[in-house]
Amino acid sequence: MTVMTIAEALRSAIAEEMRRDPTVFCLGEDVSDLDGGYGGAFGVTRNLAKEFGAERILNTPISEILIAGAAVGAAMTGMHPIADLQYGDFLFCAMDQLANQAAKMSYMSGGKVKVPMVMRAPVGATTRGAQHAQSMEGFFTHVPGLKVICPSTAYDAKGLLKSAVRDENPVICFEHKLLYGNMGVRVERGGLSPVSDIPDEEYLVPLGQAAVRREGRDITVVANLLMAHRAMEAASELEKEGVSCEVIDPRTLIPFDYEAVIHSLEKTSRLLIVHEDTYTNGWGAQLAAYVAEHAIYMLDAPVARVATYDVPIPFAPVMENFVVPSMGRITEAARQLLRA
Amino acid sequence: MHDVDTCKSTTHSGRPVLEVRRLPERAKALGMYERMLEIRKYEERIYFLFLEGTMPGTIHQSHGQEACAVGLLYDLGRDDFMVTSHRPAGHDIAKGVSIRGMFCEMYGRKAGCCQGKGGAMHTGDIAVGALPANAIVGGNVPIAAGVGLALKMRKMRNVVIAFFGDGATNEGAFHEGANAIALWGLPVILACENNLYGASTPYAKTCKVSRIADRASAYGMPSEVVDGQDVLSVNEAATRAIERARDGGGPTLLELKTYRYGGHSRSDARAYRTREEEAAWAARDPIALYRKMLLEVGGVDEAQLKALEARVEQTIEDAVSYAKASPDPAPEDALTDVYWAGGSRP
Repeated sequence: MTVMTIAEALRSAIAEEMRRDPTVFCLGEDVSDLDGGYGGAFGVTRNLAKEFGAERILNTPISEILIAGAAVGAAMTGMHPIADLQYGDFLFCAMDQLANQAAKMSYMSGGKVKVPMVMRAPVGATTRGAQHAQSMEGFFTHVPGLKVICPSTAYDAKGLLKSAVRDENPVICFEHKLLYGNMGVRVERGGLSPVSDIPDEEYLVPLGQAAVRREGRDITVVANLLMAHRAMEAASELEKEGVSCEVIDPRTLIPFDYEAVIHSLEKTSRLLIVHEDTYTNGWGAQLAAYVAEHAIYMLDAPVARVATYDVPIPFAPVMENFVVPSMGRITEAARQLLRA
Repeated sequence: MHDVDTCKSTTHSGRPVLEVRRLPERAKALGMYERMLEIRKYEERIYFLFLEGTMPGTIHQSHGQEACAVGLLYDLGRDDFMVTSHRPAGHDIAKGVSIRGMFCEMYGRKAGCCQGKGGAMHTGDIAVGALPANAIVGGNVPIAAGVGLALKMRKMRNVVIAFFGDGATNEGAFHEGANAIALWGLPVILACENNLYGASTPYAKTCKVSRIADRASAYGMPSEVVDGQDVLSVNEAATRAIERARDGGGPTLLELKTYRYGGHSRSDARAYRTREEEAAWAARDPIALYRKMLLEVGGVDEAQLKALEARVEQTIEDAVSYAKASPDPAPEDALTDVYWAGGSRP
């Protein structure tokens, strides 16, 4: 067992996959830390270039279309790239390569071509203003052909990333900037540092399986990334009031483990969805619609959602904290749900 | 804008390339002719079937540009890759995609080279190194960078050719891709078929740099302007670029001056160009030019060419009949291949 932060767990996953398979490589802006480089914007790829060399920890120009497109091309022809964009917001620069190219190659070719690539993208509001702040998982759940993962613990980060690297499809890995952990190079103010005991032996976390973080009777709370942690805090707070929350972390958004949610609703009959993605057409909207279609008679109250308000992320901390779901907003929504 | 008289091949510095008029050995000399003719007859038949109203979808045809496709791709092996654009048929046929598979794809048949899921703008077959054609202008250039990177990292001597039009050179994707391809010295040939117009807009009205080849210097990449109507000129330039790439010498940008006989797509009445301009280019038809050369200096007689031409007609006829009789996919087949069916690696 080794105690690791998420950044360390991701690094460990990358290193293990690169050791076992010479076709796995990393590319992105500042991913190498040779010659004084960063080793990734948030330090995830630190020390890897020393072991694997500059060719396999490949620094790129500031060219997001190139990073994503080169990953697509390399993946189609025998490699297994792990591409890195410093901030998830930059995914929009590369949207064609992800939504039109990576996602559609297998389909358009009638299943003759595969695109086994991973695109890593940090998300989350961290007082950097509107263009280094978004949680845009919802966009990428709307593109058939892509898979989407969003680990919120170090254990999952390692196991899910390893599964993503071995998956024969393009996988977008959303990582939260406030969850990388305080043992990295770049400590985020206000960040959490969730650590896990990482087994010494190899393990994988399969895509498409949610995790029940806390069992409860009264409300099912489904929350991902940073919000999974806020939901856990909210559940502790609510417990003092005698409210028992079951907290489910979906861990992967595509494929989504609807069964885990419905199974929980059999017990609780109340659903609260929490995400940092914006409210309108965030991934929670799909979950709410799915539950309405398949399990509405289980519900004792309307589905509730707590999400970032439909605004760009503002800079001023007082405003940023207001628009992103807080523990207070989660507990208040839960109380209302019980009254409904 | 270039006219038909100014499209003679020149090197990056503007010097004329030494004219080499020696034909390649006989099998290749005739093989190139046959391939060009296959493309021509394929495109003509597609146009007919389309007008006939029996073929669904849209068409972006490449007749007139056959010398570019064949001159560049003729010498490549199956392990060399090609990524092309929304005007892919000539490149696919030159790369060895089955003509039956092409016609079937155009009809949306299960036996299509993409099982009916791709259509006219996405034809290809990775089994012969033809990656799915790309209908996002310029979108294939970063992908070519990735293919080149894969070849280089795996220490293979193979190359990748990316075909795109003049219009693609104004895409950000082209710039990002070309820069990295040059930076990393990748085994990539950027083959720009400059056919004068991006849809209806003349290239000259989209960029101050009149020679697309000149753009290569911005990336530190060698380039050539090539007479895209002359298959031998194209093949000679291709040989230089391919050998350089195989030997680790990095990429080349080839600007192939050519002309598409048809409109941009099915609904294009070509009001943006004159019939005189079209006639001037038709007078330098790549297939007619090469046929003349084969007869004059190739030691080939009329009867031999007639036999070859009949064979090509038969190939096309056979493929069309096959495609017409070929079954449609089941509607529910639309639900497969969204994700790779083979699962994950062990």
